[in-house]
Amino acid sequence: MSSLSVSSPTSVRVEDVSVTYKTSLERRPTLKGTLRRLGRRERTVHEIEAVKQVSFAIPHGTVLGIVGANGAGKSTLVRTIAGILPPTSGRVEVFGRVSTLLALGVGFNRDLTGRDNVRLGGLAAGLDRAHLEAKYEEIVRFAELGDFMDLPMRTYSSGMYGRLAFSVAVNMDPDILLIDEALSVGDARFRRKSTDKMRELCGQARTIVLISHALGLVRDLCDQAIWLDHGVLRMWDEPDAVIDAYTEHLEVSQDAVTLEDV
Amino acid sequence: MTTTAPHAPHRENDFASEHHVYEPHVVGLPPLLPYAREAWRRRGFAIELSRTRLRAQHFNTTFGQLWLILNPLLLAGVYFILVDILRAGASGPGFFAHLMAGLFAYYFVSGAVREGTKSVVSGGRLILNTAFPRVLLPLASVIIAFKRFLPTTVIYVPVHIASGLPFGWGILWVVPLVGLLVVLATGLAMIVAAVQVYFRDLKSFMPYLLRVWLYISPVLYFAREMPEEYRWLLDANPLGQLLSAWSDVINGGVAPSAYSLAVAGAWAAGLFVIGALFFISREREFAVRL
Repeated sequence: MSSLSVSSPTSVRVEDVSVTYKTSLERRPTLKGTLRRLGRRERTVHEIEAVKQVSFAIPHGTVLGIVGANGAGKSTLVRTIAGILPPTSGRVEVFGRVSTLLALGVGFNRDLTGRDNVRLGGLAAGLDRAHLEAKYEEIVRFAELGDFMDLPMRTYSSGMYGRLAFSVAVNMDPDILLIDEALSVGDARFRRKSTDKMRELCGQARTIVLISHALGLVRDLCDQAIWLDHGVLRMWDEPDAVIDAYTEHLEVSQDAVTLEDV
Repeated sequence: MTTTAPHAPHRENDFASEHHVYEPHVVGLPPLLPYAREAWRRRGFAIELSRTRLRAQHFNTTFGQLWLILNPLLLAGVYFILVDILRAGASGPGFFAHLMAGLFAYYFVSGAVREGTKSVVSGGRLILNTAFPRVLLPLASVIIAFKRFLPTTVIYVPVHIASGLPFGWGILWVVPLVGLLVVLATGLAMIVAAVQVYFRDLKSFMPYLLRVWLYISPVLYFAREMPEEYRWLLDANPLGQLLSAWSDVINGGVAPSAYSLAVAGAWAAGLFVIGALFFISREREFAVRL
């Protein structure tokens, strides 16, 4: 594992962070299940070590790509940086205001209109109302949703969902932007537009963490990359080096993994 | 490794600052003062959430917002028929006013509890993707219930006048009593919101629990009419003394007894503190439980 030299001030510092989930075996905890388990004296929780002793730092203005197979702990790691999941051990330090775009359909209630969802998401994230109203037009214009903003979000197509989510996150002027595989939303034209917007944000000396399976995009946009494998930080280096190692690993391990959008 | 950025004091869950430190929480509770300050700063979220939820609930109905008036009216009518038959028509002139005032107060608290039960569980995506004080979710439920409660006061006034009940300065006791109802409702909403995350069956039990709660509260009858062997329920029921005082003030035109106030205040404060500590100590686990 190679460390990159850290010259500019740090935006995010992750020190020896482990995240362990305790989940009950059933999807939905119920009394019936509990009683049955009590009868059989089974353990109710099992632990998932999603992230294991990961350390790295992101200098200010750096675009960091995170690559790794499904279930490697990428989303968990990013949620920890966002302060949504507490680390089980270790320490995360963040300098700046964070905007998260984690998975598609960010924080949206399907029964409420797009407008309400944007407003609620922004208020929950701690933006004040005036700032939000000022940003609103910009968000709608970028998402190209027009009249759909006043319809319940259950009427949206998945592409429209993603466009709105992306538009909200990038237009909130965050110091640190966390993006979880959200660039592959919408049609080809919107994808190009969002990639352009990303490139613009990357050029604005902003700190961005980008989770993507689109390795070409990581190579193109990122200054640094890390590779997570079963919760372990396998590599932290220049994107080219990380992606080469990751691709080689995939080919060697003969997993039936296709490299999306390579 | 030396730090290159300025070090702010350590504060976990301090959503406001531009510097965040996230560490494992040994005991579940974050520093309460910054937490409360941040929850207050984002109160706009709870208010907005209650507004949109309320609007969405009657979105597709013919009468729309008129249901906020119709619902409590129909409710009072239904219970009056039931109770008047049971009492063989010997209810007395002030009874309907008592029933109405009691029902509306009870339905405020039970509405907050019912909304509160689903508040965290239905906040799924928001909880998974945004860091904010989760306590705003059950608080929004209380605001929803309160917004439903407010129009009922308008319905009550004509009934009060028609029943020939007096108006006096004593009616101002309503203000602290409403305060106690709000505190009690908030405490319970926080408790059920957190419990529902771990025990999803609660939602199915809730209608029965709430119905029993109504029947043991002095709403469908006067507190003084309770049989001797059931009087302990007035103290054991968080709403017992509170609704008894409520009826004394609104329908009796007298000040509530010090004893009623003390018991009601203890229940409200106790449930609020327990609810807040329980909810806040658990809330960081919600993201992995949904």
